[in-house]
Amino acid sequence: MTKSELIEQIAMRQPELSAKDVETAVRIILDDMTDSLASGGRVEIRGFGSFSLHYREPRVGRNPKTGDAVDLEGKYVPHFKPGKELREQVDASRALGY
Amino acid sequence: MGALTKAELAEHLHAELALSKREAKAMVEAFFEEIRACLRENEQVKLSGFGNFDLRDKRERPGRNPKTGEEIPISARRVVTFRPGQKLKQQVEHYVGGE
Repeated sequence: MTKSELIEQIAMRQPELSAKDVETAVRIILDDMTDSLASGGRVEIRGFGSFSLHYREPRVGRNPKTGDAVDLEGKYVPHFKPGKELREQVDASRALGY
Repeated sequence: MGALTKAELAEHLHAELALSKREAKAMVEAFFEEIRACLRENEQVKLSGFGNFDLRDKRERPGRNPKTGEEIPISARRVVTFRPGQKLKQQVEHYVGGE
């Protein structure tokens, strides 16, 4: 499912909302989650999961074309931990043969 | 810094769009429920700019109870993984907050 399919699905199930509002709402939700992480915060969605930042130490990498060593700075990467409900539902779907 | 929650997302939608508080709350619930429903059907979810939610089937593997050292197999299972998109990765990598 892509973002535009997600927007269609939500619009179908929320007939009181216009497709335009759903589209804007999805953009706001994703932007808010991005902004929260970009300022070092966490995102905690009960029943779904949480997003946080993990730190990656500086390391020496390689330019894949030339093989030269490149110093890479330490950086933060986004991390998602699925919540209990999501974990259980996804695993249960395996047993149902999906 | 406090964590962003569904309540705050709904509050922001209510403020930004002409949605009632009830509609804004339903919208936030629907957003996460649709993603969950898709993952329940073993289908990947791709949100361009943000990231992809993928599913992986894991085989049974040997595990250990960390407290007692007792060996217990970890059963086969399906798990959700998240691969952040380019835009999200770029936005967070230069965060220099420090704990």
